[in-house]
Amino acid sequence: MRASGLVKRYGSREALRGVDLKTEPGELVAVIGPNGAGKTTLLSILAGIVKADAGEVSVPGGEVGWVPQQAALYRRLTVEENLLLFARLEGNGDPRGAVEEMLELTALSERRGDVVARLSGGNQQRINIAIGLLARPAVLLLDEPSVGLDPRQRARLWEFVGGLSESRDTTVVFSTHDIQEAERYGRRLLVLADGEALFDGEPGELRDAVRREAPEAAERDFETAFVAFLQHRGH
Amino acid sequence: MRWLLLKDLQILRRSPLQAVLLVAYPVLIAVLVGFAISRSPTKPRVAFLNEVPSDARVSVGTTELPKIGVNDRICERVECVKVKSRAEAVGEVRSGDVLAALVLPSELVERINSLSTPAPSTPKVEVIVNEDDPVKARLVNDRIDALLTQANLTIARRIAAEGGKFLGLVLDGGHFEVLGQRIGILGLRRSAQVLDELRALVPEGRRRRSLERVVRFTDLARDNLGTAVPLLARLTQPIAVDKEVVNASTPPLETFAIAVAATLTLAFVTVLLVGGSLALEREENAYPRLVRGLVSRRALLGEKVLLGTIAGLAVTLLMLGALTPFVALHWSRLGLWLLAIAAGGAGLAAAGAALGAAARDVRAVSLLAFMVTLPVALLSLVPSGAVGPALYDAIRLIAALFPFKPALQAIGGALDPAGPSIAPALLHLAILAAAYALLARFALRRFASV
Repeated sequence: MRASGLVKRYGSREALRGVDLKTEPGELVAVIGPNGAGKTTLLSILAGIVKADAGEVSVPGGEVGWVPQQAALYRRLTVEENLLLFARLEGNGDPRGAVEEMLELTALSERRGDVVARLSGGNQQRINIAIGLLARPAVLLLDEPSVGLDPRQRARLWEFVGGLSESRDTTVVFSTHDIQEAERYGRRLLVLADGEALFDGEPGELRDAVRREAPEAAERDFETAFVAFLQHRGH
Repeated sequence: MRWLLLKDLQILRRSPLQAVLLVAYPVLIAVLVGFAISRSPTKPRVAFLNEVPSDARVSVGTTELPKIGVNDRICERVECVKVKSRAEAVGEVRSGDVLAALVLPSELVERINSLSTPAPSTPKVEVIVNEDDPVKARLVNDRIDALLTQANLTIARRIAAEGGKFLGLVLDGGHFEVLGQRIGILGLRRSAQVLDELRALVPEGRRRRSLERVVRFTDLARDNLGTAVPLLARLTQPIAVDKEVVNASTPPLETFAIAVAATLTLAFVTVLLVGGSLALEREENAYPRLVRGLVSRRALLGEKVLLGTIAGLAVTLLMLGALTPFVALHWSRLGLWLLAIAAGGAGLAAAGAALGAAARDVRAVSLLAFMVTLPVALLSLVPSGAVGPALYDAIRLIAALFPFKPALQAIGGALDPAGPSIAPALLHLAILAAAYALLARFALRRFASV
């Protein structure tokens, strides 16, 4: 996927200011930044939900799967009914086969008959992501997928997401405001602040940049050092 | 679209309480409104004591009129609670078990008969009313007044008819019975003929002139009494009513009540279901995912309108089916019913979609649906003449902007075999459905915000 020069304005406020992003197949990219940095706006533009005021997005490899921050599921339907509905709406030639595949992928086969409202937040998020995968997209966009999950659910979720990029060669772009989570699970990081891209590179490169630009905080924990880095950049 | 429809039906099935309420509540409101319309005004309960001897008859001169059947006539118009004494009647009124008591005293017929004697006395009936409630008191007074007017009219007609017979006898002659004896009456016409014949035999002079004066008098009396007979009949009802129906589309009250009940059911089911179902897409965060290439906004709206129309049609037909044992419905017109209900359902569903697209969540849309549908439905039932012309014009305009009234006209026309064509109402509904769908499509833009 390639996005270049993305600009988005809401009235007089610029939510994105010429952001570029290029991903490779199977890459796991974390978009990080404080609240209001433009993470959701960027993912919404990449997903085609919001139109950019300037810039271009191209996905030569195929479709883009999008998983919203809050689970977009029908809580009164079962896990299986949700998957089957979206598989049918996707126009999948073998919707039942696709459902079985997703149940296996999410390890929720035994809970296929449970209504979604009875599932934990983590399991709901898994189904939410599985629905995003039904169209077999080349790129999967996850908007803050771990919000509201406890540490154990979070760990299981990231294990699942990591497996997607490795086993299916799916490019995963996820947003988060948790720098430690981004560093731990992202293989590449895009740092946004006030709609501006401040950094694009591997986690180790970000640490180097933080040490270089905010040496006074380099010996402290990474989150504190990252905040100092942002302040150093004027955000 | 069918998968979305299936999904909505599955969700409805998973929420039995909501589904039951969605059907039961509108049907309950509809039945209550229909019942109120068809039963109003009802027969008031009146305690009735008739002390008049059963063999007493109103008489004109020496002729007794046939039995009038006072009991039956009164009990046709009110729900009679027969009592045995005046004290019992007062007790019934005081306890509130009856609205009033009517007492016909034993001397009533005697006093009526005295009207044709040199010493007449006024016939009276006694009315006992509990006026603790002004509305109730007015209703009772109106009913009693109407009853007495009717009774006076009946007696006057009988007297006029008997009086007419006597006048006819005086005019044309004939026979009548007095104390078992048959007496022949010559009559004015025959008297004039006899006098005329005698006049030729009487020589000119004072006697002949006197005879001619008598002949002129009989001629005059005959001519004037001839006009008195119809005049007497007219006296009982001097003003006749010439009723001209200018709006022949008004259905019978019972059909109208059923149409109101059916349309209310249809309106609540469709507006609540469609509005709630559309708002649910947003509440479940599914809307952005759906319209991101899976379903077009137009198809989503179409599916919701179809859902509302199907559900409204099913519930309304169910309600009409349940009413069948109690009222005569023309099932042979089922085709027209389906057309009218489907068109009404589509119009109301489109309005529900507009409300659903405007509201943020299911609770808000439910509240909005009630706040809009109920007042508009009630305004649509305000008859012309009940309010001032300017206010009525405003009410008509509001009613015309919401699909309830045209749906009521279409369903009323379909239910009533003598009713008007439903084509104008269907056209009205089609225009409103298109307008509300457009409004809903416009309001859906707000849904896209993430």
